Amino acid sequence: MVRDPLMARRNWANRLALASTGLCALVTVSVLFFLLGYIAVNGIGALNWAFFTQLPKPVGEPGGGMANAIVGTGKLLFLASLIGVPIGFFGGVYLAEFGRNGKIAFWVRYATDVLNGVPSIVIGIFAYVLVVLPMKSFSTLAGGFALGIMMIPIAVRTTEEFLKLIPASIREAADALGVQRWKTILFVVIPAAFRGLLTGILLDLARVAGETAPLLFTALNNRVWSHGWMEPTASLPVMIYTYAIAPYEDWHRQAWAAALVLMLLVLVVNGGARMVLPRRSVVV
Amino acid sequence: MPRSSSLNWQDRLFRWACLGFALLILGLVAALAVELAWSSRLALRAFGFSFLWTQVWDPVREVFGALPFIYGTLVTSAIALLIAVPFGLGTAIFLAELAPPRISEIIGFLVELLAAIPSVIYGLVGLFVVVPWVRSVASPSVDAVLGWLPVFQGSPYGVGIFTAGLILAVMIVPFVTTVSREVLLTVPRSQREAALALGATHWETIWTTILPYARSGIIGSIFLALARALGETMAVTMVVGNRPEIHPSIFDPGYTMAAVLANEFAEATSNLYLGALIEIGLVLFGITIVVNGVARLLLYRLHDTSAVHV
Repeated sequence: MVRDPLMARRNWANRLALASTGLCALVTVSVLFFLLGYIAVNGIGALNWAFFTQLPKPVGEPGGGMANAIVGTGKLLFLASLIGVPIGFFGGVYLAEFGRNGKIAFWVRYATDVLNGVPSIVIGIFAYVLVVLPMKSFSTLAGGFALGIMMIPIAVRTTEEFLKLIPASIREAADALGVQRWKTILFVVIPAAFRGLLTGILLDLARVAGETAPLLFTALNNRVWSHGWMEPTASLPVMIYTYAIAPYEDWHRQAWAAALVLMLLVLVVNGGARMVLPRRSVVV
Repeated sequence: MPRSSSLNWQDRLFRWACLGFALLILGLVAALAVELAWSSRLALRAFGFSFLWTQVWDPVREVFGALPFIYGTLVTSAIALLIAVPFGLGTAIFLAELAPPRISEIIGFLVELLAAIPSVIYGLVGLFVVVPWVRSVASPSVDAVLGWLPVFQGSPYGVGIFTAGLILAVMIVPFVTTVSREVLLTVPRSQREAALALGATHWETIWTTILPYARSGIIGSIFLALARALGETMAVTMVVGNRPEIHPSIFDPGYTMAAVLANEFAEATSNLYLGALIEIGLVLFGITIVVNGVARLLLYRLHDTSAVHV
């Protein structure tokens, strides 16, 4: 059999093709490790105490840090969660508990999908026209608004998914005891799904934490502290962008440091989510 | 199912509140579309449809044509797909068909991590690693072999359409791989066993039976990746060269729709200029909705049966 030349050729083709799929996987994973390694090597050398505690130095002067950008990113994420999480969460509760397969639920899911596919820069335009123009100022508020909208689709999807995982018997048990529906949802179903819900929200936050495009003309940037919510603010991703395309060696160094910090945030949250959830459903 | 407790006013209130939040999402998307169209009305009126196929972009004289950006967006995305689809699909086949479940899980997670890396970090690595590499290695060596073709003529910049396409490719591989893998896993066992029973080798089974069965889902994953590539902003802005020109060579600098928004929006001085930029946003919005819509149609069946949410 093996000497049959046709069979031999087919076997070779088989091995070659299967090996090349393995090679594809190897290349893809290598690219990831190269990226992580490159960022780690360049970032660690640049990371120091000043990075976390000092303001940016005036242009041309070496040293300084990104304290204002770190606080700025924190404020933006806080505001984004205030806007994105309630809308996404209760929208998801509606889909899982009330809407189910109805017409309204269909359109809400459709809108969520559309929103998920809208390029982040277009969300930036939306926030610009809706918040920046009327207020006549770039602000933390506008940036947080843009990021908040970006959080909605994933918040809706994960909420719906994790609530649906809770077996009907649990709801029925509460019903049988005469518990009102809203109490069942808030105090029985949601706590039962809590781990998944929290993880979903954290993943959502990690995703928007690195968003740059919607901040470019909403939160803008700032080389000093931003007070309150109505002033332009620095943020880590926008700082990485600004510093990377600037012609100063020292700024490039700090951009790598900021990239490492962002990268660690993303890795910790994604890795953590993987630990907490036995098999996370694939949310793309 | 009629439930006596749903007559309770507290329950009704809670239900309405949830419905309100859900409808708010619908309202947001509608507002987004209306607002883009309304805010670009000046440009829509001034240039009409010719906006889409005129080449001059001159903010000083207030003449705006979006063709260089549309061209750049389409070509960078096409290059990205040409690179990402073979690698992404190959990886998906490996994960679904060959790798033991445990390994498949781990590699699948690593591939998903690629999608979690922020776009600006891809841009940073692109700017300091890929751009110099294209300038000193890729562009000259391709030029030496295929330089007689205008498309492959070398260029001394390093930034350009090809560089952007290459980085986009890495960014969209996870979409092809993750979704295709799920699709491949839904192919019924009987299909595979039938092919094997007929004496097909493992690869012949994949090629003649499994891939055709999964075709619509795989194409869906490709459209999904395409939609991401079209709208990708930061990484592209940092490496595409940012010149509103159309050159024959893929190594020459270009521009994309998302990149021009990122660069010029905050500095747009006149209303017409701003309108023209917002119109570009409107076009981008329209294109991504269509491409995502096609992806969803193709993945619709899958959506109901497995854990893939796209």
